Amino acid sequence: MNSDIFEPKILAFCCHYCAYASADLAGSMRIQYPPNVRIIRTPCTGRLEVEYFMKAFEQGADGVLIAGCLEGGCHFIEGNLCAKRRVNAAREILSEIGLEAERLRMVNVSAAEARPLADHIIDMVQTVRKLGPSPIAADATSITENLS
Amino acid sequence: MIVAHRKSIPELIEILAGHNKVLVLGCGTCVTVCLAGGQREVGIIASALRMASKIRGQALQVEELTIERQCDNVFIETATEAIERNDAVLSLGCGAGVQAIAERYSDKPVYAGLDTAFLGILEERGIWTEKCSACGACVLHNYGGICPITQCAKRLLNGPCGGSREDRCEVRDDRPCAWQLIYQRLKDIDQLDRLRQIQAPKNWAPSLDGGPRVIIREDHRI
Repeated sequence: MNSDIFEPKILAFCCHYCAYASADLAGSMRIQYPPNVRIIRTPCTGRLEVEYFMKAFEQGADGVLIAGCLEGGCHFIEGNLCAKRRVNAAREILSEIGLEAERLRMVNVSAAEARPLADHIIDMVQTVRKLGPSPIAADATSITENLS
Repeated sequence: MIVAHRKSIPELIEILAGHNKVLVLGCGTCVTVCLAGGQREVGIIASALRMASKIRGQALQVEELTIERQCDNVFIETATEAIERNDAVLSLGCGAGVQAIAERYSDKPVYAGLDTAFLGILEERGIWTEKCSACGACVLHNYGGICPITQCAKRLLNGPCGGSREDRCEVRDDRPCAWQLIYQRLKDIDQLDRLRQIQAPKNWAPSLDGGPRVIIREDHRI
């Protein structure tokens, strides 16, 4: 990575049944995406709660990406729809805090969609790069340290 | 249960201005059930306050604690150490909880983190509705278990007002007409005769007009 360009740290919560598999597929297909994302596998995006996103930002994430199944295609019927509502609630809180809501985003992909997932990640990285480093991240415990 | 909702983060930051160490104190009873001030909400609000203060160039230290009930001495005592080591308390209890904490720690500023809204029930997931106005003299037996004080926008004891459209209230068309509900309910339980009785104006003395109410049960005192 070029040290002159801001390289955001982005945490990606990926559903086991779709986005995590599509990230795996991206690897098999040799599709590249920026190494800025740290992927955490979740059993379903419906497992995610608002406090997870808050903690991620508090611990230094510049952006948080939630990747769930296509709407109507959730393995647990409507977990991704629950996640969508929680992401919206968390975005409202982020706005109240004074942090850009764009730093938190939910996308939907199927397990076969390696290219779309890579595109979502590229777009997310570009968005957060434009926003700049999170003001919280300055002296937060590095999320990279926490995950290493 | 008592239903409440959180104040906005900018409002909380303004309320807490001037303090460096704050305890966000949750309550494990009503406000936990209505998802406003339980352990999870304490975590979210504390996290939000820490981040908001950092963005504003402040260094607010926020401690988190949730006790079983903020309106009960036995449980309040368990928060004593945490309250004492902080400059102020942001209570996520209902209005009763906030005051209970404030009364017991006279030298500690205690602030309300929630807006206490009403006595109600969980209608369906994520929707709470008001059911009781705590008027102090229940009249539910006359109205098939549907409260005209709370449910009717005009608080009519001898309704309906005549302004309802279909079964909707004319004041708020997103709510059913309370008197339509009362009529249907009394019909279902074969007590329509109750509507023939003209109700006298309600005695509001047991309500809030005489200041805060007190109930004393000598048989339970020691």
